[in-house]
Amino acid sequence: MTVLINDTGFTPDDWTHGFTDDPEQAHGAALDLASDADAATLQGHLDGPKMIRIAFPSFADGRGFTIARQLRLMGYTGRLRAAGHVLADQYAMARRVGFDEVEISDAHAERQPEASWTFRADWKDHDYQSRLRG
Amino acid sequence: MYQYNDFDKAFLDQRNAQFRAQVARRLSGELTEDEFKPLRLMNGVYLQLHAYMLRVAIPYGTLNSAQMRQLAYLAERWDKGYGHFTTRQNIQFNWPKLSDIPDMLDALAEVGMHAIQTSGNTIRNVTADHFAGAAADEVADPRPIAELIRQWSTDHPEFQFMPRKFKVAVTGAEADRAVIRAHDIGLRLLEREGETGFEVIVGGGLGRTPMLGKVLSPFLPQADLLPYLEAIVSVWNQIGRRDNKYKARIKITVHEHGIEEIRRLVEERYALIRPTFKGVDQDMLAGIKAQFAKPAFAQKSTTPYEDARAKNPVFRAWSDVNLAPHADADHAIVTISLKAHGATPGDASAEQMRTMADLAERLGYDQLRISHEQNVILPHVHKADLPALHAILAENGLATANIGLISDIIACPGMDYCALATARSIPIAQQIAERFDALKLEHDIGPVKLKISGCINACGHHHVGHIGILGLDRAGVENYQITLGGDHTETAAIGARTGPGFSYDEILPAIERLLMAYLDLRDSREETFLEAYRRLGMAPFKAALYQQTRAHAAE
Repeated sequence: MTVLINDTGFTPDDWTHGFTDDPEQAHGAALDLASDADAATLQGHLDGPKMIRIAFPSFADGRGFTIARQLRLMGYTGRLRAAGHVLADQYAMARRVGFDEVEISDAHAERQPEASWTFRADWKDHDYQSRLRG
Repeated sequence: MYQYNDFDKAFLDQRNAQFRAQVARRLSGELTEDEFKPLRLMNGVYLQLHAYMLRVAIPYGTLNSAQMRQLAYLAERWDKGYGHFTTRQNIQFNWPKLSDIPDMLDALAEVGMHAIQTSGNTIRNVTADHFAGAAADEVADPRPIAELIRQWSTDHPEFQFMPRKFKVAVTGAEADRAVIRAHDIGLRLLEREGETGFEVIVGGGLGRTPMLGKVLSPFLPQADLLPYLEAIVSVWNQIGRRDNKYKARIKITVHEHGIEEIRRLVEERYALIRPTFKGVDQDMLAGIKAQFAKPAFAQKSTTPYEDARAKNPVFRAWSDVNLAPHADADHAIVTISLKAHGATPGDASAEQMRTMADLAERLGYDQLRISHEQNVILPHVHKADLPALHAILAENGLATANIGLISDIIACPGMDYCALATARSIPIAQQIAERFDALKLEHDIGPVKLKISGCINACGHHHVGHIGILGLDRAGVENYQITLGGDHTETAAIGARTGPGFSYDEILPAIERLLMAYLDLRDSREETFLEAYRRLGMAPFKAALYQQTRAHAAE
């Protein structure tokens, strides 16, 4: 099982429409993307999925941050989830590039408790990026 | 220079609180060693051979006397009384305890300093020409741009877990003192028809596959800089190789995809990113520029300087090599050598740091710089004050007159400190410096850049030394390869290997033979080592290098 995390802390997963890795089939269902996906290939498919879930096979694989940011720049406004080996220390980064939430395993949640995540829920503060962009 | 505002200060405090918590969570087991590693690295904490090491950023090499005094305080309070200035305008403390590091970071924050992104797979401390804001040949001061890039790259959410490290250097002069062609991105400030912009060079780097950067844009307007940089790093973060860390740097990405394809991808990404910058960054840049205004330079007679040169040969010898032309003809740029013969290149004691801070405050408009050549610079000193300055430097072991000469060696920490090293660097540098000092030949030999790396990662920049030495491990024995003809400046070149390496005991005599050959071969005193090498090629130098070892082999 997994734990979902947003700015309020640990929360039950309310997604009930399933997942698919086929962009053609993702009408209503969530689209699963691997960390080596090329977001540019989704041009024209972004109206379908209500959620896109990007995999983090390892916390050291930062490609998901770029994919999320690119999807937002391409105009995707649906729900965006980072799933896998994400550290509490990466929560603010995930939110700042456009993710709405993070999904981790129960075992991982047990080791990295809720307090470590809510410690980073102030991601809107102290942000050089938003200052520079205006 | 730039003063941290309330935002910068609050950011640093929050960042330090986060790191303090990360250390505690590592100790409690919440973070595994694997998970903690990138977090400590992005806060400048390495695990070396003997201890943790803290690498503190000196952004674009600029600091004031209060900051230099704080570095001295750190060295005494938490280390062994000294610090080591590096080739990327950082200072390293070699012996801190992990549990003390959060306090060290808080002490740094008191003077607007930090260790953020001095390591790890992040955008590293942005470096700049160490004569910036003072040099006679400057188009524009590159430091405001470097500060803007510091703010943009600091804690950038997209770029904290990249394929590998990413280094940016900026220069504002035609003469390249910042090694911009050996950086992931090198920027050169240009004026074109009254407009300010940048030549953008990408894909340079040293390490095991040395490459000189290629021009990605010949002229990028200043206002487009941040979105363009972001597009480059974003493209690389997506397509840079993560399967092999030796092929992860952007130089390999550019090599494998070709500069045209990279340009196409960058421009595509740039089109998406550009609208997110609404121009506020340019207003901030204007504010930053104002803080880098030149000081009001003193106006007085330079006679004391000319008198001292006429009467004091020691002062004259020092001022011949340790001074560089200043934009104001009555001032000079002073390089304080941290290469006393026999000392560790780049090391300064806490006491020396305080001496340099005092001198900067009294005679140097409160400004100091750190060069990538591991020396300290007082960028603005009135010539009338140079004799007094020199006398105090001499009393403190800081008046070595060797800038740009054979003993002004760049050396990485090597096997004396570094966990990656395969050979010693520091003792080789010490022996070469002492030998040529004993021979009294270094002023006769004249300008030559000797650079030593203790492993293939090339932190000592050996590829771009006129003479490069690379220390390797050959079946458990140190072996030193020599390269010739490297150049780190605007005429950048990667040095060529001479042939088989030399043992630890053979390397000093080999370097001596090489330089004796140069003295014989040069067509006049005016022809430098590099010029002679370019005129004559490798052959005569190679002959001199291998002559004696061949004779041995024949015995």
